[in-house]
Amino acid sequence: MIFDRKTQRIASGALLFLFASSASARAQSVDDIINETVAFFTTPFVKFIFSPLPGTNIPWIVLWLVIAATIFTFYFAFIQIRAFRHSISLVKGDYARPEDAGEVSHFQALATALSGTVGLGNIAGVAVAVAVGGPGATFWMILAGLMGMASKFTECTLGVKYRNEYPDGSVSGGPMYYLSKGLAEKGLGLPGRVMAVVFASFLILGALGGGNMFQANQVHAQIVNVTGGANSFLSGEGWITGLIMASVVFMVIVGGIRSIARFTEKIVPFMAALYVGAALVILAIYVDRIPWAFGQIIAGAFTGLGIAGGLVGALITGFQRAAFSNEAGIGSASIAHSAVRTKEPITEGFVSLLEPFIDTVVICTMTALVIVITGVLQIDPQTGLYVWNSEAGRVATEGNLTGVALTSAAFGKGISWFPYVLAIAAVLFAFSTMISWSYYGVKAWTYLFGEGRRRELAFNIMFCVFVVIGAAMNLGAVINFADAAIFAMALINIAGLYVLMPVVKEEMNSYLDRLQRGEIKKRRR
Amino acid sequence: MAQEVFVVAYDGTDQQVVDFAVDRAMKAGAQLLIVHVLEWSPYSFLTTEELVERHKTRQQEMTRANETIMKPILEKVRQAGATADGEVRYGHVVDIICSIAKEKNAAMIFVGRSSSLSTRVFGSAASGLAQSAPVPTVIVP
Repeated sequence: MIFDRKTQRIASGALLFLFASSASARAQSVDDIINETVAFFTTPFVKFIFSPLPGTNIPWIVLWLVIAATIFTFYFAFIQIRAFRHSISLVKGDYARPEDAGEVSHFQALATALSGTVGLGNIAGVAVAVAVGGPGATFWMILAGLMGMASKFTECTLGVKYRNEYPDGSVSGGPMYYLSKGLAEKGLGLPGRVMAVVFASFLILGALGGGNMFQANQVHAQIVNVTGGANSFLSGEGWITGLIMASVVFMVIVGGIRSIARFTEKIVPFMAALYVGAALVILAIYVDRIPWAFGQIIAGAFTGLGIAGGLVGALITGFQRAAFSNEAGIGSASIAHSAVRTKEPITEGFVSLLEPFIDTVVICTMTALVIVITGVLQIDPQTGLYVWNSEAGRVATEGNLTGVALTSAAFGKGISWFPYVLAIAAVLFAFSTMISWSYYGVKAWTYLFGEGRRRELAFNIMFCVFVVIGAAMNLGAVINFADAAIFAMALINIAGLYVLMPVVKEEMNSYLDRLQRGEIKKRRR
Repeated sequence: MAQEVFVVAYDGTDQQVVDFAVDRAMKAGAQLLIVHVLEWSPYSFLTTEELVERHKTRQQEMTRANETIMKPILEKVRQAGATADGEVRYGHVVDIICSIAKEKNAAMIFVGRSSSLSTRVFGSAASGLAQSAPVPTVIVP
């Protein structure tokens, strides 16, 4: 990519600022300063998003997601079960038309969307859920994953149906487009446009929070973890890891060195397979404890097993972490899914419903099982209940770990060298998630402020700065902001989905009818 | 009887395959169908950006293949006096050549033999066709 002089000056200026501000303070306090400053700005936003329903301790936003997933599940009559086999058939390419060879296939759209969603939410987020909500959170997480399939189905169908296709052949799709175009069809032109703009604003925050800071934060945590924990030379020096990561991200999204992105994209699926494989190995080692672990998960889901939040606590954290991981109802994935070449938008909906399944029902469950089964959560031998660490607001864990470090410790019990592999996997997962989200962020940014290289550059530089901030902050503050930003997207997106769900139903019924009548045929092989 | 069709798998460089096929086709009074395949798998992984730009990229690739590969070779063949058609397709070389041969009821397939290291390890279009071609296949050294 070639920049004009002025753009180059802006870019180098921003980087210089970054280095200077990092170097000016004593290393020890850099992370602290960043923590305090960012928390000052984010706390009111986080408080609003997670304010509980009056008279309860249930955050209204979690309820919002749960109710939506339930409504979509019933409205489409359990489409996630009915269409499951057909979805796999579509991904395999059984219905692909030969003349479309060379276009984006269903498989590719799914794989790309997955590499954006399978991130540290699956490794670190789940650890947080299990530590805060107890093993029972796993049950609610799986349930949320299964129901989230219906939400994802709805938003990805709409993403394809209302995308913009430009004369040069490129496409833009996602919630901004179905909110503005879809709602206009329903006679809600102005509200639709307002919602699209608000959504785009939240998407930018989501890209910076969950798609960036949280990922950077947990990569740093795992690198510190494998290089000696509290004694590591990087301990408390998150800005160093942040700067290194930011420069690689900078090279890709600003410098246009796409080969790095392409490399990650190709290796992430293998890493995911390796991760699931390692989890299976550990489950095999602890095979005699599997029934016990499931017992803990089921019992915990309904009784709380002495966890402070009880049933409600398990439910909330379970749902929250599931949504954060699979992004169903958030709207982000429909941006990637909308690029597929198909005459039937609904087919992309079918394909996309596999995403929460793979992400949450398979990968997140693996993480949760490994954590529960290896016993890194401390149990009081007298009562058989989990030991509550009220100071940290979670179950007491070995070495007082949480997030990715807890997952790492659990894996380390079965396979001693796996924490190192996990560190590499974490870097790659985080990286591919960051690259995907930087793209989503740019789309939202240009939707708001108009297309143009300089505008994109401004966003991308800001994105890189947030990598450093995310790595330097502590997990609690980062996860709160990341959650709040992601859930704020769901607030707008789901409201739009309710208005547009009849459109999806019409498409679905028409397609399923034709499929049953044999008008839609499998390709001969 | 309708004119016979000879399918030629053309990778853009192996001139001798085309020359040989032209010679045979003119002697047999057959029609040539020159096929150029752009290697593509629907199961490869793309970045989000590549995904969104895929349709555009595909159009560019198609145009480039038609302009720089197919058009010049067709011109050359027609100048030599043979009747010829061309086709540019996406996919796996062996699969595409086989399906076109079936589709067009071809009498014969002509393919060149490449000898790079990778083809020695993974097999070449010629060895693939030798195993699965639906009609007699001539491998031109």
